[in-house]
Amino acid sequence: MASALLLACALLPGARAESPVEKGLAIATEMHRRDSGWGDQRADMVMILRNRQGQESRREIRVVTLEVADDGDKSLTIFDHPPDVKGTAFLSHTHPLMPDDQWLYLPALKRVKRIASVHKSGPFMGSEFAYEDLTSQEVEKYRYRWLRDEVLDGRETMVLERVPAYEHSGYTRQVVWVDRIMWQPLKVEYYDRKQTLLKTLELGEYRQYLDRYWRALRMHMRNHQTGKSTQLEWRDLAFRTGLDERDFDHSALRRVR
Amino acid sequence: MPAAPARSGGPAVRCLAAAAALLVAGTAQALELGGYLGLEARGFLHRPAFAGQRHDDLSLLARPELWHVTEDGRHTVAITPFLRADSADGRRSHFDLREALYLRAEDRWELRVGVDTVFWGAAESRHLVDVINQTDLVENVDGEDKLGQPMVALALKRDFGVVDLYLLPGFRERTFPGRRGRLRTDPVVDTDAARYESGAGRGHVDLAVRWSRTFGAFDVGLAHFMGTGREPTLLPTRDAAGGAVLVPRYEQVHQSSVDLQGATGAWLWKLEALHRSGQGSAHVAWVAGFEYTLARVAGTAMDLGLLAEHLLDGRGAGAPQRFENDLFLGARLALNDVHGSSLLAGVIHDLDGEGSVFSLEASRRVGERWRLELEALAFNGITSRDPLRALDRDDHVLLRLLRYF
Repeated sequence: MASALLLACALLPGARAESPVEKGLAIATEMHRRDSGWGDQRADMVMILRNRQGQESRREIRVVTLEVADDGDKSLTIFDHPPDVKGTAFLSHTHPLMPDDQWLYLPALKRVKRIASVHKSGPFMGSEFAYEDLTSQEVEKYRYRWLRDEVLDGRETMVLERVPAYEHSGYTRQVVWVDRIMWQPLKVEYYDRKQTLLKTLELGEYRQYLDRYWRALRMHMRNHQTGKSTQLEWRDLAFRTGLDERDFDHSALRRVR
Repeated sequence: MPAAPARSGGPAVRCLAAAAALLVAGTAQALELGGYLGLEARGFLHRPAFAGQRHDDLSLLARPELWHVTEDGRHTVAITPFLRADSADGRRSHFDLREALYLRAEDRWELRVGVDTVFWGAAESRHLVDVINQTDLVENVDGEDKLGQPMVALALKRDFGVVDLYLLPGFRERTFPGRRGRLRTDPVVDTDAARYESGAGRGHVDLAVRWSRTFGAFDVGLAHFMGTGREPTLLPTRDAAGGAVLVPRYEQVHQSSVDLQGATGAWLWKLEALHRSGQGSAHVAWVAGFEYTLARVAGTAMDLGLLAEHLLDGRGAGAPQRFENDLFLGARLALNDVHGSSLLAGVIHDLDGEGSVFSLEASRRVGERWRLELEALAFNGITSRDPLRALDRDDHVLLRLLRYF
């Protein structure tokens, strides 16, 4: 309710001068509101990892995600390629501020292992994406500040700074360009602990699902410090496929193929 | 190949395996393939302790996996045979069905019929409470490799947690190296002369039940097993030719266990504890410890995990293994690179001054489909009354190249 009021203030002309912090939170809250209610989602993903010399390495995964009201989403990620990690699965119950609960399933031993939450800042499958870049972005996860409005590649955007409010992040801050029409990010800059620019994420090929929800089918993460990059492509997205909490119980890992 | 054929239990087992094989054949058009082929070379650093043992050996490995999952995800059939052909030890050459399974998965229950592997536990240095599957000891002395176990297993998913019920027909005997194999006991274990407390022998049907649940950052499991103990008592005796041998004796045991793993910040907490009766006097044993992770250590992408575990076995010096009062210290380095490189080094140190075991495991991907693994094991100051004293001469380095499908 409070956030709805904030938003009303943000959109009402002539309302009292809003601070950049209030405006930043209002934008993040509206982004989340517009992206609520999709239920569950299935998708395949292909990642192409490139090093400084241009050598490529391929990853293929399947991701199923469950939207959880009043908490972070739950997701199950199954690795299909490369073949030595085929059948490995990663289960994550995210929380806005509490550490996420994370498990890894090792198919050779049929073993389910807990993972320490500090791992969220680590690279996902050797790519330039960290685990924390790929998990759900709850409003409470950051403190926000509106910086400016700007035209980015011909599109009207609102530029936000967000500072992780959760523990064990690898970033001191992020700068996000939010599209005014879709209320989705077009670009994110990640700053490391030394406050220097570490990575830039560009999101493109947005498609709308269920006449409401925008998803970027192509993401490109460039690491400015190492010269490496990762291209990520989503395929075969499906929504409201009938998943529920039990499909994301840690015992569900034992039947993953 | 003078292999000891894996004894896959009684008729029930063969029946289940056949059923699984039929199901697999019926869905052959949509089979998925995984697993690996591999080559493994082992070199020992010291002169062999016993006549007939070699300085090195070479093994061929095959572990293909075939499976099919129906479109709705409710039915799965899977078959995973395993084969090792070893140049030095006929007992180490063996075939096993790691998996030959039909799985039915519904919203509130799951049924498994066939041969499968079940893992219970949390610790790194010892797999204490993991009792469903027999240890395939010729694969690795760390006890991590398991033989496929015939089972009918029902998992009930309820609000109070998951209840797993296991019916386990067809006992699997532990594998041991042969007379010419390295990493063997002295005297050698005569696996052909296994004895059973139960009159039903290998045909005894074992039962197990487990309740598990997640409480926030902690996963808890409580279990009870009743039936033929997986860990044999090794009895010194003479074989037909009058030579000294150890004969495995499998008792009827009751084993209650608890396992717990939890994650708080950089810490992972691990506990396994059991109470076992039926094998000599009743005893307790535990492994308890932690792993502390330093993320992105020294400004790199690497994670460094520091591990410590205490191992206790209430049987003390009478224990048929060497963890009566030991401390495990280890370090795990995950490079988080494109090759998935990792390294785990550790030492299990006997707090009663009876020696240490050093271990190293490293692996990385080569290209898209290959993986190279390095393992090393060194024994130091194992005392003469330790059942594994003969291992003192078996320090070795192992190189394994696997080609994945």
